[in-house]
Amino acid sequence: MAYALQQLINGVTLGMIYGLIAVGYTMVYGIIGMINFAHGDVFMVGSFLSLIALLGLAAMGITAVPLAIALALIFAAGLAALYGWTIERVAYRPLRGSFRLAPLISAIGMSITLQNFVQVSQGARVKPIDALLPGGIQLMDRNNFTVTLSWMQISIVLVTLTVLAIFTWLVIRTPLGRTMRACEQDLKMAALLGIDTDRTISLTFVIGAALAAVAGLMFLLYYGVIDFYIGFIAGIKAFTAAVLGGIGSLPGAVLGGLLIGLIEVFWSAYFSVEYKDVAAFSILIIALIFMPTGILGRAEVEKV
Amino acid sequence: MQAAKPLHPVSLRDAGLSALVTLGLFAPLVGLVTESTDHGLVLGWRPIALAVVTAIVFFGRLLILALRARRASTAERRANSAWAEALSRAGTYLTPALIIAALALPLTGSRYYVDLGTLVLTYIMLGWGLNIVVGLAGLLDLGYVAFYAVGAYSYAILATSLHLGFWVCLPLAGILAAFAGMLLGFPVLRLRGDYLAIVTLAFGEIIRVVLINWVSLTGGPNGITDIPRPTLFGLRFSMDGGDDTFAGFFDIEPATIQRVIFLYYLILALAFLTNWVTLRLRRLPLGRAWEALREDEVACRSLGINVRNTKLTAFATGAMFAGFAGAFFATRQAFISPESFTFIESATVLAIVVLGGLGSQLGVALAAIVMVGGLEALRDFLSFLGDQMDSGFFAGVANELPMFRMLIFGLALVVMMVLRPRGLVSGRTPTVALTDRKEIAADLVAQGRG
Repeated sequence: MAYALQQLINGVTLGMIYGLIAVGYTMVYGIIGMINFAHGDVFMVGSFLSLIALLGLAAMGITAVPLAIALALIFAAGLAALYGWTIERVAYRPLRGSFRLAPLISAIGMSITLQNFVQVSQGARVKPIDALLPGGIQLMDRNNFTVTLSWMQISIVLVTLTVLAIFTWLVIRTPLGRTMRACEQDLKMAALLGIDTDRTISLTFVIGAALAAVAGLMFLLYYGVIDFYIGFIAGIKAFTAAVLGGIGSLPGAVLGGLLIGLIEVFWSAYFSVEYKDVAAFSILIIALIFMPTGILGRAEVEKV
Repeated sequence: MQAAKPLHPVSLRDAGLSALVTLGLFAPLVGLVTESTDHGLVLGWRPIALAVVTAIVFFGRLLILALRARRASTAERRANSAWAEALSRAGTYLTPALIIAALALPLTGSRYYVDLGTLVLTYIMLGWGLNIVVGLAGLLDLGYVAFYAVGAYSYAILATSLHLGFWVCLPLAGILAAFAGMLLGFPVLRLRGDYLAIVTLAFGEIIRVVLINWVSLTGGPNGITDIPRPTLFGLRFSMDGGDDTFAGFFDIEPATIQRVIFLYYLILALAFLTNWVTLRLRRLPLGRAWEALREDEVACRSLGINVRNTKLTAFATGAMFAGFAGAFFATRQAFISPESFTFIESATVLAIVVLGGLGSQLGVALAAIVMVGGLEALRDFLSFLGDQMDSGFFAGVANELPMFRMLIFGLALVVMMVLRPRGLVSGRTPTVALTDRKEIAADLVAQGRG
């Protein structure tokens, strides 16, 4: 019981990170119907930006942990947003309206580029970082097994929830969110009604990249070690989460992220660590067979 | 267009903005570097690299603007649209020329060229195999490397544990890969488009993870070593010069180049087989059904085509050729490990098919030559450049140059897609026509979302 509770806590923390990345996938897919393959690597770039920001802040003598995290968050999210904007501008916008495989290949190329760019510029070795927030609350102690809720996990969940709340407000309440939802429903009609669709799509990429960078910072803080390759697997899992939750649905992406995080953690805890990725992907395949629209997705009406 | 002159204020402002964005993007990741020391990570500072990158982007942007202003003239544009026609006319001469060049390549006697040719042909074969799935049947497969891995491991395991010969294992590897294709095909029958892409990608990753962790069968991350080499009608390619070796039988001096050339002709034959089977299949009702499926699945179903069987045969046939190529890869390398079967391989093969123009056999061959040959040429160029610059100002960069290869590869993928999204040979010749066959430029063909 105590063991399961601990896994539940770990799974929710991990799921939050996946959920943040999945939101970026699902937004882009909802609007222009493409898999932004480079999104996982934007997450990785965001993680490196956070690392550099934290190191820079430490060098400048800013050691107050909440302040350092907040500043690193703003720095990484802002610059990752610039990455998202540039990627859309360079690799995807020229291909809009082209046939559907072209942007996918371009996105794969962008993903390879980002990975190797970080490898060349920052080195291939793993980057370890000291734990910023050691310790935590001991929830339960049974049979010499202590259930801990670490400060890090609490802050990851809190930051994620805050960011998601801001993001939800943005989508539901603001004019920008309204144009985004309009573009998602019907891009051509939105353009006819005077919405600057290019700008909206750019902003979608910007917001998605910023969220991925937040996830990158959380990942760095949680695991304490990153390398240039983390984006690939995290990206596939986040996409799995987006599909599982119903692609195009924002709450679905977070829900899917939580599910994938929980499945992965429980599978590692009770079955085998080696096959945790297999478990996540098998769930994806099974989910798609029996529930092709995902949990919260709309059924696609086939037009002939 | 306003930006006709390269030093026009508009161009300058545009280039300046690009440089500014570059500065923002690269200041933390290029200008700063995380270095491991005894006290953990510290930040290093690389202003020169940052300045160089920014300057490259600034002048590169100016150059692009100048080129674009020039290309805007209508004559150029018309030439661009006539590209497909010109290439298809050249195709009549290009195909025999390529075949003759492929047959004659070992006559150069250079081990380097024959090895490179073998590598390119492996990718051509994989490209033709994937072309059946993606180009003909329109099923987007991002996990094609899984079947390549199944073929390679089938041969390696059968040959090392059961001591079966290459020629017995080759069809077995193909059959096992085809079964893997069906295994993937069944659950994804109902999926379309991008869902299919992500499931095939997941399937490829599952196969790789299983290969890494099933240590008792696959040797895990260490892979399988000492895979037997193929024989030519029972003649081994060995240096000892015995009577049952190639050199001993023909009474010539044993040399490694003999085996290299034999392997080259082997993959050439396998690639021709793939091409021949594909071309024949396209004329069968099955091949027509594939192409119909690519254009419109709903129409297919309404016309009574068995969509399930059509999709499964496409997956199985494509996978079978990947299995053959995998068996060849295993016997050529004599060593395989899961590292050879990463997503990058799938992406490369898919890029070859898309760049080749989806469905064009000649296009796939050209794309494989450009991409794989180009990648290898780039490797040599970079190491040559590294040797030239191993002193003085560039000393630090020289060691890192080979690492730029995949970076350039990724950028090239993006650039090629932006410039020619429909691929090199983007024509569709109908397999059946009432009067005469006409090439249709692919820009005019709508792609179904099958």
